[in-house]
Amino acid sequence: MEGKNVQNPYLPYPVRIDDITVEAEDKSLKTFKFVFLNAGDEEKFAYRAGQFAELSIPGKGEIPIGIASSPVEKGFVKFTVNRAGVVTTHLHNMKVGDVMGLRGPLGNSYPWDLLEGKNVLIVGGGFAFTTLRSSIVYMLDPKNRSKFGNIDVVYGARSPGMLLYKDELVAWEKRDDINMHITVDATTDPDWKYNVGFVPPVTEQKAPQGGDDTYAIVCGPPIMIKFTQPVLEKLGYDHDHIIMSLENRMKCGFGMCGRCGIGKELVCKDGPVFTLRQINQTPREY
Amino acid sequence: MTLITLDTKSWAAGLTAAADAYRLFGPVREDACHTFKALEKGKTPDLDMVNTRLSPKALIFPQSDIILEYSLDESREDHHIMREVQKDVTPRAVVGIRPCDAKATALVKLNFDAPDVKDPYWLAAYEATTFVGVACDAPLSTCFCTTAGCGPYSEEGLDILVMQKGDGFLAKILTDKGRAFAKAAGWNPASGDLAAFEAGKAAAEKKMVSAVQTDHLEAADLLALHNAPFWEKTAFACLNCGTCTFSCPTCWCFDLQDEVAGKSGVRLKNWDSCMFPIFTVHTTGHNPRETKVQRVRQRFMHKLKYFVDKYKTGIMCVGCGRCVRQCPVNIDIRKVCEEMNRFNPADACAVRD
Amino acid sequence: MSGYTEKMRDIARRLLETGAVDMVIGFRKGSLPMMNEPCFVTRADDAHCLVWDGHCGINLANYLTDRKEKIAVFAKGCDARNMVTHVIENKIKREQLHIVGVPCTGMIDKRKISAMTKGEVLAVTETDDAVTVTTAGGDQRFDRADVMQQNCALCVHRNPVIYDDLLADPVTEQTIPDRYADIRKIEAMDAASKWQFFEDLLAPCIRCYACRNACPLCYCPTCFVDEAKPQWVGKGQDATDIRTFHFLRAFHCAGRCTDCGACERACPMGINMRLLTRKLEKDCQSEFGWEAGMDPNQRPALDVYKTNDPETFIK
Repeated sequence: MEGKNVQNPYLPYPVRIDDITVEAEDKSLKTFKFVFLNAGDEEKFAYRAGQFAELSIPGKGEIPIGIASSPVEKGFVKFTVNRAGVVTTHLHNMKVGDVMGLRGPLGNSYPWDLLEGKNVLIVGGGFAFTTLRSSIVYMLDPKNRSKFGNIDVVYGARSPGMLLYKDELVAWEKRDDINMHITVDATTDPDWKYNVGFVPPVTEQKAPQGGDDTYAIVCGPPIMIKFTQPVLEKLGYDHDHIIMSLENRMKCGFGMCGRCGIGKELVCKDGPVFTLRQINQTPREY
Repeated sequence: MTLITLDTKSWAAGLTAAADAYRLFGPVREDACHTFKALEKGKTPDLDMVNTRLSPKALIFPQSDIILEYSLDESREDHHIMREVQKDVTPRAVVGIRPCDAKATALVKLNFDAPDVKDPYWLAAYEATTFVGVACDAPLSTCFCTTAGCGPYSEEGLDILVMQKGDGFLAKILTDKGRAFAKAAGWNPASGDLAAFEAGKAAAEKKMVSAVQTDHLEAADLLALHNAPFWEKTAFACLNCGTCTFSCPTCWCFDLQDEVAGKSGVRLKNWDSCMFPIFTVHTTGHNPRETKVQRVRQRFMHKLKYFVDKYKTGIMCVGCGRCVRQCPVNIDIRKVCEEMNRFNPADACAVRD
Repeated sequence: MSGYTEKMRDIARRLLETGAVDMVIGFRKGSLPMMNEPCFVTRADDAHCLVWDGHCGINLANYLTDRKEKIAVFAKGCDARNMVTHVIENKIKREQLHIVGVPCTGMIDKRKISAMTKGEVLAVTETDDAVTVTTAGGDQRFDRADVMQQNCALCVHRNPVIYDDLLADPVTEQTIPDRYADIRKIEAMDAASKWQFFEDLLAPCIRCYACRNACPLCYCPTCFVDEAKPQWVGKGQDATDIRTFHFLRAFHCAGRCTDCGACERACPMGINMRLLTRKLEKDCQSEFGWEAGMDPNQRPALDVYKTNDPETFIK
């Protein structure tokens, strides 16, 4: 546009689908790996774990999705997408090599400055595990691991086949610098050697006690969040030590179109990451 | 600040001269109402108007604006790659904008020209525009600008403020943009009487019969106000149409939509409204503002509380009264504001007990 | 219609005091001339805020959709016909309703008054046959007949068809020799003129959907214009999309519309979209002998099949 040389926040970076992985047994989840078409765009897209982007499909529209790759992974970005609406259904039918757009990174992120030197408990459920995956990969990176205390992860899905990133889960299980507590709602698999049960009770049994030096990052379906909150309170987590990522209908993603407001906060720009204390002060219209 | 005295002839001649360097827009009479439109060559804006039915916000923020374009034709090198649409950002001037609508543009600017992110389309249109306001000497009974942080002679958001004086005009040049316009119009500084301006302002303000009180809004507890019992009665009549939001000069919410014809597509930025249920509905079908009461509350809370708390510059309303006059079921922001401003959670509990 | 207000308040008080209904839906005095606000009253003590005059043009049937309470509601002739349609279409149960019929002599057209008045309208008073408008420049008097809403001027069902209480004796019904002169004029146009006519008619539309939302027939949970899967209509200001909205909405109302005029009254841009619904009203009358909402025991014209239905459209 004229003169000013302002970055146009509506204009997506062109990207090519480099790889597609089917994640869930019911095929409702696919992970898309994108590479940027233009040199320099990847650097402009510098992001932190917990941010999201608008996947932009010409002719169909856009959908805000949490970034599943990690800032320490270079050369690509990854998003795990649930097939639900017009844009995601179309995306699920696209193939490797197809060109589309990517707009972002958008939103704040998990509060990495605050989390340095602290123990981190990650509680995730279902396909909301994406930005948590980004966070775990970030924290486990050799350059970063020493910046954090204990890392505990409670991650649950409906069944073993619905767990995301299975190879990585197995690899993390084997490490001694992260405590994995994987669970499924139910399974008929006789070889299942992890937990069975919903996320809240598993959190109650396995998660570390809260305290000044311990923060919980919670991301999952509303029902999981609802029942996890009292568990964390019981474990001694203060409301400003419980960090959540919210979802709302969005369009612009950078705080202008007005629809994702929860009171005076905009989920897209002031969030999507809020502490429970902050959320308690909003009308919770999400 | 410079004052320029103009007779009718130099006003018209000046606008004709300025039209060489600016595209001119102004109020034009159409049937029973006035509308802001491009002025035909040699035409002056019709200043014998009450507030236009729609505000001039569309001149900067069109109701439906193509912002990106693309091709889906895979034989093209750049298929599926979005491109910016180039806009005409040559200088233009809105002549005859009311001070309330100009102030509204300044409020909307807070949204589109945020410190960290800019809407390049809005900003380019805004920067290309010179705002030549005409002071409002005949406010309507529904105007309450003086108590909405504005006024019939308010200068905020204007580059020139013109008052009609006798057979002619007295123009107050307020900014560099205004000076440039005056120069293009050939309006030379002459002795102007500031006292006349002040007298006109005082007289106009005295004619104002309608008011709102906003003094308790900022201190009010946000959640208590949100949960106040009066919302159900306030919202009952509401049809959830977009009349209030579309006629409002400060409502800025929008939607992004893709449209394709054959192999070429565009991305549009369209006005949207918090009154519409689909504004907030999730793909899952879950809607955080499912009910009419929630949507009506959102509109008023946004204007009279969230905005107040967020920007600390007063309410997101300039008192133009358009929504009051045009709401098909007479939901009146002045009454809602009164209700909100005097709300005391303690009283509400007492009533409920 | 003078004296209606007091009678209404008495009836509302009685119904609420005896617990016969949970709420009364009516109008309260508006904050500006020629406007009243639809409201509900749940306590007999609040019945005093109810009013009735020539500015009650919004159709209260619109406020009944899917409500669960036992409701008393005031109904002009047209409103009552929409309540019949609501009952037929299962949007409310007849047993839930205590319909207070309002024999109606027509609503005042606020746009007409504004257009005929010099300066801002500051107050409007009315008698059975005259309307007096006050402006800063003084008073102006109009014959009521000259400032009536067009749908009221053409109305042949001023008395409610169903009611549980009638507010006053029935009023004399009007005999209108030709209710569709304006429609016939459009029908007679050639295709190009017709196209131009509709283009001009709908050009001011800002897609606020006030017409749709004021209409008691438009109760679809998701209107076709809002549907995303599939998206039938574009959402911008393209003339084709605007026309599609208005034409399809009119067709959705075919055989159901009572010409209550709420759509036109609600439109902030003054569009007479009734020209579309009335064409269909006219066709339903001439093709099927059907008038909407006259009888709770009869299914609407487009809801039934008869072997002698006209089928001249099949060529």
